[in-house]
Amino acid sequence: MRKLGTALGCLLILVWCLLPVAWIISLSFKSQTAITNGSPGFLPASGDSAGWQNYKDVLDNEQFRRAIINSIGISLIATALSVIIATLAAYAIARLEFQGKKFVLTTALAIAMFPVVSLVGPLFDMWRAFGLYDTWPGLIIPYMSFTLPLAIWTLSAFFREIPWEMEQAAQVDGATSWQAFRKVIVPLAAPGVFTAAILTFFFAWNDFVFGISLTSTERSRPIPAALSFFVGSDPFNRPASLLAAGAVVSTIPIIIIVLIFQRKIVAGLTSGAVKG
Amino acid sequence: MAAIEMKNIVKKYGDGFPAVNDVSINVADGEFVILVGPSGCGKSTLLRMIVGLEDITEGEMVIGGKVVNDLAPRDRNLAMVFQNYALYPHLSVYENIAFPLRLAKADEKTVDEKVRAASKTLELDEHLQRKPGNLSGGQRQRVAMGRAIVRDADAFLFDEPLSNLDAKLRGQMRSEISRLQKKLGITTVYVTHDQTEAMTLGDRVAVLKRGLLQQLATPRELYGNPGNLFVAGFIGSPPMNFLPATVEGTTVELPFGKVEISAEKAERAAGKGLLIAGIRPEAFEDASVVDSARTGSTFKAVVDVLEWLGNEAYAYIPFEAPPEVTEQLQQLERDLDGETLRTQLVIGLDGSTKIKEGDEAEIWVDTSKMHLFDPATGENLTVDLENAGEIPGHSAKQPATA
Repeated sequence: MRKLGTALGCLLILVWCLLPVAWIISLSFKSQTAITNGSPGFLPASGDSAGWQNYKDVLDNEQFRRAIINSIGISLIATALSVIIATLAAYAIARLEFQGKKFVLTTALAIAMFPVVSLVGPLFDMWRAFGLYDTWPGLIIPYMSFTLPLAIWTLSAFFREIPWEMEQAAQVDGATSWQAFRKVIVPLAAPGVFTAAILTFFFAWNDFVFGISLTSTERSRPIPAALSFFVGSDPFNRPASLLAAGAVVSTIPIIIIVLIFQRKIVAGLTSGAVKG
Repeated sequence: MAAIEMKNIVKKYGDGFPAVNDVSINVADGEFVILVGPSGCGKSTLLRMIVGLEDITEGEMVIGGKVVNDLAPRDRNLAMVFQNYALYPHLSVYENIAFPLRLAKADEKTVDEKVRAASKTLELDEHLQRKPGNLSGGQRQRVAMGRAIVRDADAFLFDEPLSNLDAKLRGQMRSEISRLQKKLGITTVYVTHDQTEAMTLGDRVAVLKRGLLQQLATPRELYGNPGNLFVAGFIGSPPMNFLPATVEGTTVELPFGKVEISAEKAERAAGKGLLIAGIRPEAFEDASVVDSARTGSTFKAVVDVLEWLGNEAYAYIPFEAPPEVTEQLQQLERDLDGETLRTQLVIGLDGSTKIKEGDEAEIWVDTSKMHLFDPATGENLTVDLENAGEIPGHSAKQPATA
């Protein structure tokens, strides 16, 4: 009985979460005319199916291809930089006693609480002055600064879990501080590093506000912004099926990345280091 | 391989509290020295200063003729086994043992040879590809030792390596460590709070109390000639009995009666007033089983509790002590991490004894094994300095009649 309840609950949550996704996929396989005329079924009615045509159209679109490249590039660079900086910062926070440690942590938290929208205006002005407007770094920098706090907090919690003796053992074994950090601490903190990486990547990939405000051309416009410019020939009649196909395509990279990173998030990696 | 010389080592923490205070210990090349003491005596701090994980506030640390005060741990070429093993959980047993060699950039062939040799010594061959997380406590312990022996270090340092193991395994590993040390002949410093480990493993044992070295001697010397009340109470299980005593001539008055001591001992203790007499449980015996040829004194006392263990028996006899002595003994208990219980005499009896609880028994005592301590300073007045190793504050040449 309890098992049945659990299964039912899981099913309910799955339907709740996945129904919109399924619907977008369904839309992406319907032809434009079918949608305009109204096509209520989940599966395209006979004659309404567009097959892979919508996907072909989307991928043939130069603007969209550029947007995908922009998004992947910007998100990956922002993630990599953010994780590297956060790892070093979090290690220092977890291991060292220094003046202003509290200040760093509270400032980081304050930044994370700041509403994103309130910074768009000033950034727009600043970036135009610096020549960063409509460039990759122009997006990478705000993404990094908004994801760093969370990454630092996550990682410093992970580092605190790693016993001091691990580094000390490595140092006695002949490692420099840097070698101890790289060969012992970072591998042990890998689950934390990848958690931080996933969170950062999500933020960068899904961001719309910065993406639309700090770019003006396809030189650096990321996917969420690009999709909103995806109007087609008739501005009053948006190509819903094309948009759906675009949305599906833009989710694929993030699924791949999550699947890759998730494998690295193995709980209990530190077990066996020390006697419980 | 190298000797380790600690010269007047002091460690002060930020609040000025000296965790280690003016400790000088020379560890000869190939010697096995134990640092022992109750928790908070500075033994682990001292070990960590040898290996370089803790800064030295004052004094000199000389390893193999070189002052290493300012050298980083990696430049001291020492191997350490941590209390909680500190294995690298993301590496296999093989890679754990190979880790120091890889850092030293040894070539693949050397690494393999040395790791195989170490794993053979420690019987880890079948576990080489496993991760530490899947090993038992004893196996992890052996991996930690493998990591230490693989790299031809100048000395081994052990920080309470057996405290996480169960009693049976501890006994096995103890003999294993001893065998390994003899085989490799490598200088070893071993920290423990367990006096059994200290007595069985060490060539010499350094007893520490609150950062101060109390006595540095062989286990036999420590047991037979403790330098002060603390060492006397710490070494030996069940611990030494402490009784109030007054000396008149060659007669010592104990709570149970008067016993005779040698003239030499009596002279050293003369004119000191109230003293504390220390007698180990095994210096007593049931008078009825003692060979009459053995010299000693006898007295009568009522046995409160009797614990019969087969080969031996322990009788407990409570007594009243004057406040000066009680106070000193309570302080001693606190120093030893113990609890203040009633003042009672613990007597080791032969297993064949017929004494029962509640009996008034005639007890024989070997007074030649009795020590007399000054209650004010805790100093052993009757110590035989020739056979007591090093006691800071005493130089072995001058007799301790002061």
